[in-house]
Amino acid sequence: MNKPLRRIAIFCGVLILALLVRTNYLQYVRADELNSREENRRVRIERYAHERGDIIVDGKAVTGSVETNGSDFKYKRVWKDGPMWSPVTGYSSQAFDSTQLENLEDGILTGNDDQLFFNRTLSMFTGDEKQGGNVVTTLSGAAQKAAFEGLGNQKGAAVALDPQTGAILALASTPSYDPSVFAGNSDKDSEARAKLLADKDKPMLNRALRETYPPGSTFKVVTASAALENGLYDSIDEPTDSPLPWILTGTRNPLPNEGNIPCKNASLREALRYSCNTVFGKISSDLGNKKMIEEADKFGFNEEVFTPVRADKSVYPEDIPSQNAMAGIGQASNRATPLQMAMVASAVANDGKLMQPYMVAKRQAPNLDTIYTAEPKEMSRPLTAANAQKLQQMMETVVQSGTGTMAKIDGVTVGGKTGTAQHGLNNSEKPYAWFISYAKTDKGSPVAVAVVVEDGKANRDDISGGGLAAPIAKAIMKAVLDGK
Amino acid sequence: MSVVTNTTTIGAIDAPSRRNTELMMMVFAVAISVFAYANVGLAIDGKLPSGMLGYGAGLVLLGGVAHLVVRKFAPYADPLLLPLATLLNGLGLVLIWRLDQSQRLIQDAERRWGSYSPDAPKQLLYSAIGVAFFVAVLMVLKDHRVLQRYTYISMVVALILLITPIFFPAVNGAKIWISLGPFSIQPGEFAKIFIAIFFSGYLMVKRDALALASRRFMGMYLPRGRDLGPILTIWALSILILVFETDLGTSLLFFGLFIVMLYVATERTSWIVFGLLMSGAGAVGVATFEPHVQQRVDAWMDPFKGFGQGGAGASEQIAQSLMSFGSGGTLGTGLGQGHSDLIMFAANADFILSTVGEELGLAGMMAVLLVYGLIVERGIRTALAARDPFGKLLAVGLSGAFAIQVFVVAGGVMGLIPLSGMTMPFLAYGGSSVLANWALIAILIRISDTARRPAPAPAPSPDAEMTQVVRP
Repeated sequence: MNKPLRRIAIFCGVLILALLVRTNYLQYVRADELNSREENRRVRIERYAHERGDIIVDGKAVTGSVETNGSDFKYKRVWKDGPMWSPVTGYSSQAFDSTQLENLEDGILTGNDDQLFFNRTLSMFTGDEKQGGNVVTTLSGAAQKAAFEGLGNQKGAAVALDPQTGAILALASTPSYDPSVFAGNSDKDSEARAKLLADKDKPMLNRALRETYPPGSTFKVVTASAALENGLYDSIDEPTDSPLPWILTGTRNPLPNEGNIPCKNASLREALRYSCNTVFGKISSDLGNKKMIEEADKFGFNEEVFTPVRADKSVYPEDIPSQNAMAGIGQASNRATPLQMAMVASAVANDGKLMQPYMVAKRQAPNLDTIYTAEPKEMSRPLTAANAQKLQQMMETVVQSGTGTMAKIDGVTVGGKTGTAQHGLNNSEKPYAWFISYAKTDKGSPVAVAVVVEDGKANRDDISGGGLAAPIAKAIMKAVLDGK
Repeated sequence: MSVVTNTTTIGAIDAPSRRNTELMMMVFAVAISVFAYANVGLAIDGKLPSGMLGYGAGLVLLGGVAHLVVRKFAPYADPLLLPLATLLNGLGLVLIWRLDQSQRLIQDAERRWGSYSPDAPKQLLYSAIGVAFFVAVLMVLKDHRVLQRYTYISMVVALILLITPIFFPAVNGAKIWISLGPFSIQPGEFAKIFIAIFFSGYLMVKRDALALASRRFMGMYLPRGRDLGPILTIWALSILILVFETDLGTSLLFFGLFIVMLYVATERTSWIVFGLLMSGAGAVGVATFEPHVQQRVDAWMDPFKGFGQGGAGASEQIAQSLMSFGSGGTLGTGLGQGHSDLIMFAANADFILSTVGEELGLAGMMAVLLVYGLIVERGIRTALAARDPFGKLLAVGLSGAFAIQVFVVAGGVMGLIPLSGMTMPFLAYGGSSVLANWALIAILIRISDTARRPAPAPAPSPDAEMTQVVRP
């Protein structure tokens, strides 16, 4: 019986050998592939095993990490003043991934970015715990606070830019949400997030970047610069060729003005001061759809803007003449994000030079070495310096003695434009109150602002850019000026 | 070891007993387990685990008792079997204790059953009972040939053990449990020993008939119909178990066991060919209409299909197990530092090898597999050394069953073959498994003791003349 016994011994040896080969194949050959599978929870466990780097405003972190219990994810993200900063930071949740800066700068914040390779290698030798780097933003805490508190419990958004660099100083959206409530991965977190998603006020919508509104009369600044750039009118004080009433191109309907204001043949300056629909509707019509689109494009319309967080495309559409005329006064299919209108104001304030908006000033390695510093970049030149200065005069008149007097700041030159954008079918819903403005000192303009308030609660007759939005813009500008 | 050198013609030439070798290896096996235990504690809590002393003392006691019993009752036994089993049992305890510390498994248990109780203390108790079994077998069973007398009783016992679970509710899709109040046993584990005894006894008697009374056909020996009877019966039985209890592993084990033993008994290759053909036909036939088996095969073909959608549980477990092995890599994450508990259900039972793979790595896996390989090969060596055909058949049957079980379980969790619910001997959590395997080792040790025991010296004959002893 010994011969078959020896064969059985070999057979059993082959069974064990097959297992040995298989384990080698799995653990040596396939290990990398298995470890990088998206089903592999270990990847995420690793991700939350270390403290995440911080997002920094004014030298102080607006984020943090806390250790959690009862989960295999060790650290959880927390935010200071979450509702105020969430339009900037986005969220980073153990269960629901991340958005905005938390998402885009994830490599730095987790410490996995290739730029941190040297740091990682070093800490491998020194045996330090892996750490994330920091992201330093361009935002101003004071301006953000002014914007957030100014909006208060109204629905709306505010954006402030430094016209000279394009740095974003404030980016507020209300109602907002606290990303801390669903940063973990418990059932409570899921419920909190579901509640936010179900809220009809859409607190998780970043209105400053991701919502487009009809810009209303604030768009007249773009129409005016199109008129100047195309030489339709050279002087801002010469009377324009504007009848009253003016019949909307291609229709038999007159374009109404808001109230009984002196718009017949009004100069550009006066037309902007009183916000004459007839004058700017006719300019848009006279220039035609193509030239209007060209000018709007130079201000950044019709293209997504990356700050690096993506802002929705603002739209100045190709359209029939009557609709083009309406678009010229910020109605019809004309839509803009608050960021876009802040860019319009900042281009005018910066003598016609539009700077690329950005919100990441620096990236720091875990040891606080700076590994990236942002360089301000010019985006385009929507208008010449001379025309920009003419437009500045017009906007300053609006604040001095026009619809925007609420934004006046003592001792500082302020230019602005109000807007009351109608929306809803046949103007059935409550209009949006807009205000765009900039402040100017002898060293140029440090701040340009756009504010939109879509307040359904206010009395309809009270809704006007000058009344609702301008005080918020003023508070933001003051906050920036006081900080200088 | 005193050899009676008398004034006889032939002096008994003695095999060394190797008991001291065994003792050294036992010390080694216990020490490794205790160090592993300390390692887990340090890795998880940063301090030596509080149960360290109790656990260490327990293992030393179990190992010591087992060794002393072998020294007393089976002094010529193979010196490797006991230390290897102790090492696996000790490592298994550490791994189970390590998985007890997993928050994820604790929460899962609380969600499933509303409460959680650690498994390691129970496993320590089972191990103690297992060693008691081991001791009992060695003390009661003075000679393994006694078992021949119980050939048919063994068959009856095995059948009862196999059939009973049909009358109990299925647990996780397989009817392989007998639950009596708080206790539940997996009779398949014990049945494999009884069936090996039956086969040995039956084949020892019938081997000549099976081997010689056959017709030659196309170069192979075709058995006669009446000799084919038993194999057909067993084949049908294993398929029936598969169908009614959806127990893939056990049916595969019994069928493999029978083929191996038939082959050894008859020395006819044709039996293997028939066996493989029949099992292939049976497996394909069953797979076509049994959804449970189909699921297992699907999960084996594409373990990542439907991952995370809560659908196929088996598929997700295999995928998690594969990722465990991948995560371990060459050297492993270190005890207590992996995430093999992601397998969740049965992480410390059927899937315990994944924890070995993740935390001890490829190196640890190879070591553990080689330990199993060594046990099997020592068992077959015992069969080679045994002097009686019954002992040979029983030893090879038990070792073969052990090898097939290791292959089926390890191959299943590593995705080499479809998964089937059996436990890794000694390593996995489970009372039946530990008890049965200690009994199995005890029988092997008994056979090896008989095999290696020096032949008794002939009685001195006072009548014989003194002759000169010539040694070769």
